[in-house]
Amino acid sequence: MLNCKDATHRMSEAEDRDLGLTERLELSLHLALCRGCRNYQQHLHVLRDACRGYREELTGGEAEGSGTKR
Amino acid sequence: MEAAIDPSAVIDNAFVEQVRHDMLAFAQLQLRDATLAEDAVQEALTAALTGGRDFAGRSALKTWVFGILRHKIVDLIRQQSRTTPISAFGGDDDSLDQAFDTLFKENAHWHPAHRPATWGDPEASLRDKHFWAVFDACLTHLPKNTARVFMMREFLDLDTGEVCAAAGISTSNCHVILHRARSALRGCLEKGWFLAGERPC
Repeated sequence: MLNCKDATHRMSEAEDRDLGLTERLELSLHLALCRGCRNYQQHLHVLRDACRGYREELTGGEAEGSGTKR
Repeated sequence: MEAAIDPSAVIDNAFVEQVRHDMLAFAQLQLRDATLAEDAVQEALTAALTGGRDFAGRSALKTWVFGILRHKIVDLIRQQSRTTPISAFGGDDDSLDQAFDTLFKENAHWHPAHRPATWGDPEASLRDKHFWAVFDACLTHLPKNTARVFMMREFLDLDTGEVCAAAGISTSNCHVILHRARSALRGCLEKGWFLAGERPC
């Protein structure tokens, strides 16, 4: 059973890599029972959207691949 | 139908100055070194404007120069991490871990006083210019190593493998640093924006 601290690590890693089946199940089970961590997950999504918005505002569009096109 | 517009017609001094300003802000956030940032921006602008490439307007030019800048920043971070490796632990970054630990009880579950609350209407926040000032301040307050790794991931849009390679750190350290950055920014946004108007109880 995941504790909350481990769950925050798991949620952050989910932003950066595909979680394995067991990892996902453990996280889902924890989230089902824990409102604090569900909120934490919402906050990570807001943060991701904010980063994207910030980047687009500053760079005038998607950063990815824009410099490599010919 | 649409012919390429003569670059000189759309690229006036005021526009270049604005782009330069945005590029400097972008480079400075990631490199945390005014001289390096200045050099990277200058090189990227020079490369873009002497490249003999036609731009169909301003936004195409802006996208192009930021693309060049992005590569320059990654190169610089790569070079720097060879001489002064990014460490996952030590320095200012440790204080973020200590702050994070205070959110939890001994059994590693949320301390009731620090349990994350629901953030009301985040979409409206993303449309509010005051929110972006807070966001900017939160980014600026991240310690250097943490900021570099996080911004390579989120602003330079590299995948985790590329980020770890450029920073010269292991994948697990990469995840530690990214988690630290997200937790710090989450806490900063919560304090500075989402719960800023609420009374402590």
